[in-house]
Amino acid sequence: MNAPATFKTLITPEKPRIMAERPMKISARDVDVFYGDKHAIKKLSIDIPDRAVSAFIGPSGCGKSTFLRAINRMNDTIPTCRVTGNIVIDGQDIHDPKLDVVQLRARVGMVFQKPNPFPKSIYENVAYGPRIHGMSQNKADLDQIVEKSLRKAGLWEEVKDRLNNPGTGLSGGQQQRLCIARAIAVNPEVILMDEPCSALDPIATARIEELIDELRQNYCIVIVTHSMQQAARVSQLTAFFHLGTLVEYGDTDEMFTAPQEKRTQDYITGRFG
Amino acid sequence: MTELRSENIAKRYAAERRFRFYGAAALVVTAVFLTILLVDTVWKGIPAFTEHRVLLDVTLDAQAIDAAKPEAADYDSLVKAAFRAEFPAVSGRAEKKALNALLSSGAGDDLRSLVIADPSLIGQTVKAPALLSDDSDLYLKGFQTDVSVAAGTAVLRVAPLEGEEGFLLTGDVAEQPLGLAVGQVVRFAGGALRIVKLDSGHAVAEALGTLEGGQLTLEPGQWDLVTFSAKEQDRRIKDQQVLWLEQLRAEDRVETRFAWRFFSSGDSREPELAGIRGALVGSLLTVAVALMLALPLGIAAAVYLEQFAPKNRFTDLIEVNINNLAAVPSIIFGLLGLAVFLNFFGMPRSAPLVGGLVLALLVLPTIIIASRAALKAVPPSITEAALGVGASHQQAVFHHVLPLALPGIMTGTILGLARAFGETAPLLMIGMVAFIADVPEGFTSAATVLPVQVFLWSDLPELAFQSKTAAAIIVLLVVLFILNAAAIYLRKRFERRW
Repeated sequence: MNAPATFKTLITPEKPRIMAERPMKISARDVDVFYGDKHAIKKLSIDIPDRAVSAFIGPSGCGKSTFLRAINRMNDTIPTCRVTGNIVIDGQDIHDPKLDVVQLRARVGMVFQKPNPFPKSIYENVAYGPRIHGMSQNKADLDQIVEKSLRKAGLWEEVKDRLNNPGTGLSGGQQQRLCIARAIAVNPEVILMDEPCSALDPIATARIEELIDELRQNYCIVIVTHSMQQAARVSQLTAFFHLGTLVEYGDTDEMFTAPQEKRTQDYITGRFG
Repeated sequence: MTELRSENIAKRYAAERRFRFYGAAALVVTAVFLTILLVDTVWKGIPAFTEHRVLLDVTLDAQAIDAAKPEAADYDSLVKAAFRAEFPAVSGRAEKKALNALLSSGAGDDLRSLVIADPSLIGQTVKAPALLSDDSDLYLKGFQTDVSVAAGTAVLRVAPLEGEEGFLLTGDVAEQPLGLAVGQVVRFAGGALRIVKLDSGHAVAEALGTLEGGQLTLEPGQWDLVTFSAKEQDRRIKDQQVLWLEQLRAEDRVETRFAWRFFSSGDSREPELAGIRGALVGSLLTVAVALMLALPLGIAAAVYLEQFAPKNRFTDLIEVNINNLAAVPSIIFGLLGLAVFLNFFGMPRSAPLVGGLVLALLVLPTIIIASRAALKAVPPSITEAALGVGASHQQAVFHHVLPLALPGIMTGTILGLARAFGETAPLLMIGMVAFIADVPEGFTSAATVLPVQVFLWSDLPELAFQSKTAAAIIVLLVVLFILNAAAIYLRKRFERRW
């Protein structure tokens, strides 16, 4: 799909600077999401670039998490949830019946709001994904993947001597980094993060933000956050959602300094939400 | 205003204290009842774990025992002959019968196993144990009557009554009370006399057994006065039998030992021979069948309903019905088993297989409900995490949700198992209530189970079966306790892995 041609569907009139520099990774067109009778996302279209962090902000219930979960079809697990419209990752429609949802989720990793390590050892937590995808032939391969992933997540130095301890015994921030290591162990292209720092203290949050900044060199990262400061710190692009629609989308710097929409301004200056 | 508030607070604290007191009181009452129940059962049951045997010098006559086929010989008569030889004075049909009644009808069994184990004993005279009957056993355990023996302190003259049966007892000094009472027995070297009538200065007595000779004089020290706490007509063991047993005891021929028989033999009409092995094996076989069926079916049903089934009216209906099944009286399942397994499929009556099938139906809802609750208790974030790294739904369930739910599932299974173990009513319907003396050999041989055995024994009139009943209850409780402990241990181990 040629993203730039359909770009006018976006609310921001001009193509953001970041977008001009980078290839598009994810393109969504006219996406609607329903929970039963509730219309959670209305005709949403957006393009998300590769090797950048895009932040979704907006008041609670605006649909930003719902849209995030639509990107790796996590909403399929909710029986009453229905998604229509097109979401394309690297030119491939994710709702294509020929596409295996398991493959999609391996390509689009996810980090959740609350750290949710498996109640297994640290090693097993990271090794689980590669193992079920048959990514390693032997133990040495697997050890290497685990180490690499933990290093990327900045956790290796802290846990290398206790890989067999339960992952649930780590601190909250470490658990979340373990979850990030688990997500990157299967070699995804996109990492979706659903308020990854909302359950963490400021120091752990800073550590995760640093990590996100490092990861952006290699991955397309989409992060949902309630903290405007966090969005400003870690993202290059920010999308403001309100009542199931995308209100404004653009370079983070411009968004926070000169929003084009009244609603965006009201929200980021704390007048509502 | 402030005063009112502090009053309120005092009231609130009082209410709290009251509530705590109610809670503690309820706990104490429960504990007391439970303790009473347990102590009573154990108290009644303990005597059943010991038995009494008499040691006899038995001559293993080579003519009576075929060395090639030692198991075929009549050991009962050998033992009886040896037993009678201990009491040469006993004569007459009634007396011999009373003497034989001291021995169990299975008295020769121990001797038989002794000879089978060592055929070289044939032709020798051996010291062999013979099991005593339940009445002797109960007497020796102190159940029928207490007996006190006092040495005679006065001279006692005995003379046959003229013209009628009986003897006249007089003392040294005329018209002086003899210090005897009706029902007491005067025992001396040649026999025993029971006082039947008492006058001042003399007493009328009857002989226990045969008494040789005419007049005799018993000096102090030559006779004993035996007093019974219960009247002869109120107990199953007679005065003379008591004296025989006391004689054996005095000769140190009575042996008390742990009743292994109780655990090694099946049911019997004779209390001293009856054991719980048949019922215990029957119980284990039955519960094994129930568990093998109900556990996989229950877990599979729970996993499907909880994780895979579409939520629609049909699955709702199934769910409601499973919950209803858990509340169906167990006898209904017995009727179902009778109608379907026995009458329609023609399965064998009284078999652990059918019992297990019925119990499986009974515990299935319990296991399903508990398993579903355990599966539901696994946080959805774990499923999401697994799905997030690209596991399929089935992988997420079998790699993460099910292992996490297993401790809970096992708890449910333990509850179901305990219920199956203690269940009686449905098994009555499929014929597991029959008298079965043999230990069941397989899933299709006739059997009974522990709680049914308790039920059967509690119905029997013999006093000895009362303690057998209590003992069977103890065994049932111990088995349940062991099962629970094992299951809890397994559960804990499972939990530690995570």
